[in-house]
Amino acid sequence: MLTARVIPCLDCRDGRVVKGIKFQGLRDAGCPVELSMNYERQGADELILLDVSATPEGRSHQHETVRKVREGLSIPLTCGGGVRVTDDAGLLLDAGADKVSVNTAAVVKPELIDDLALRYGSQCTVVAIDAVRQNGGGWEVVVQSGRERTGRDVIQWAKEVVARGSGEIMLTSWDRDGTRSGYELDLLSAVSEAVTVPVIASGGAANPEHLVDALKAGANAVLAASIFHDGEYTVASLKAVLQDAGVEVRP
Amino acid sequence: MNDVAVIRTGTANLASVLAGLKRAKCKAVLVDEPGAVASADYVVLPGVGAFAAIMDQLNSRGLVDAIRQRVNEARPTLAICLGLQVLGSSSEESPGTEGIGVFDVRASRFGEAVRVPQLGWNLVRPAPDCRLLTGGYGYFANSYRLTEIPQGWAGAMADYGGAFVAAIERGPILACQFHPELSGKWGASLIERWLGAAREPAPC
Repeated sequence: MLTARVIPCLDCRDGRVVKGIKFQGLRDAGCPVELSMNYERQGADELILLDVSATPEGRSHQHETVRKVREGLSIPLTCGGGVRVTDDAGLLLDAGADKVSVNTAAVVKPELIDDLALRYGSQCTVVAIDAVRQNGGGWEVVVQSGRERTGRDVIQWAKEVVARGSGEIMLTSWDRDGTRSGYELDLLSAVSEAVTVPVIASGGAANPEHLVDALKAGANAVLAASIFHDGEYTVASLKAVLQDAGVEVRP
Repeated sequence: MNDVAVIRTGTANLASVLAGLKRAKCKAVLVDEPGAVASADYVVLPGVGAFAAIMDQLNSRGLVDAIRQRVNEARPTLAICLGLQVLGSSSEESPGTEGIGVFDVRASRFGEAVRVPQLGWNLVRPAPDCRLLTGGYGYFANSYRLTEIPQGWAGAMADYGGAFVAAIERGPILACQFHPELSGKWGASLIERWLGAAREPAPC
């Protein structure tokens, strides 16, 4: 049986891991290579490295970071942040990514998803969807680190990205991200039911129970950042709680 | 230090495979012509992408016979993911495209009861006659799979909407549906055993 995945996420800027609430007030959270190796030892099932640099110089740091992480890492690595065209994804894959995630660029030009899936395969093509709750019900897709609304309905967009060849959806509740109030379970259930590919829950995790809730709501994997970086929990201690709650995990 | 020839299939992302071999203290070289595939002590056939795309690459470079021959001669070969599937006859993914044809088994898509692609760690259960494969969790990233172990091979199964083939082995030939290079310490030790078994003669 396929086990539920626990995925630490490293937001990187200029070669360092950073953490902030909704990407505001970023603070240093450590060295990406050291943290990656540490998380693998703790039992992480996969890692996600997102580049949140604002400049081209920052981007070049990211390729170097990916190369260094890959040398030592023997679990899967997803990379994203700033992927605009198919060749950007190619550079990340050459540097050592196993999967590439796209977000804003896919909304601006959805054909990017078709291109990536055709060239590198669906299993390599992750679409990150950032969602905000709408007053009248449902969720809207936001881009540019939450600064811009798109008018797109999250459920419709999730179906479209899968039809275009995305093999996985990384779903972030922008209302919950960095708030430590738990994943948005209604959103997770709605998207999980709407698509046939795996869904990674992101945004809001602060304790093991939040992870259990997300997996029971339909997520196939749970992403978290600050609860790991702050050293509050190790991946192993979280997995022990998941197992006690009846979730199958890799020991 | 072992020299390992990694076949450049054109579609595969090779960074993880190369890094995994380097951690196993191998010197990996990329090859894409039949002579190199025939003469190498160790060959890795990685596979990412679609069945027809990888077969097009292998056919256009004249590599199909060289791969079939070294497998039939029991010369050390490690096939990964789609690399396992193309050793068979064909796949539901690319109707009309012939595989390398080492064995007569067709790959088919996972059923509709499970999320596809399968992405993540699944329990690999080897049959007692396996020499290289041990029980443990392997990392899978696949939409198609074999459901029966080819005749003359020892195999390991896993479950995802029913039993499927996680890996097969025959002497120093190892073909894994999962990615040993992404399967943590368990995967690394499997690569080590493959390299080690290749150094010893097969038992009678």
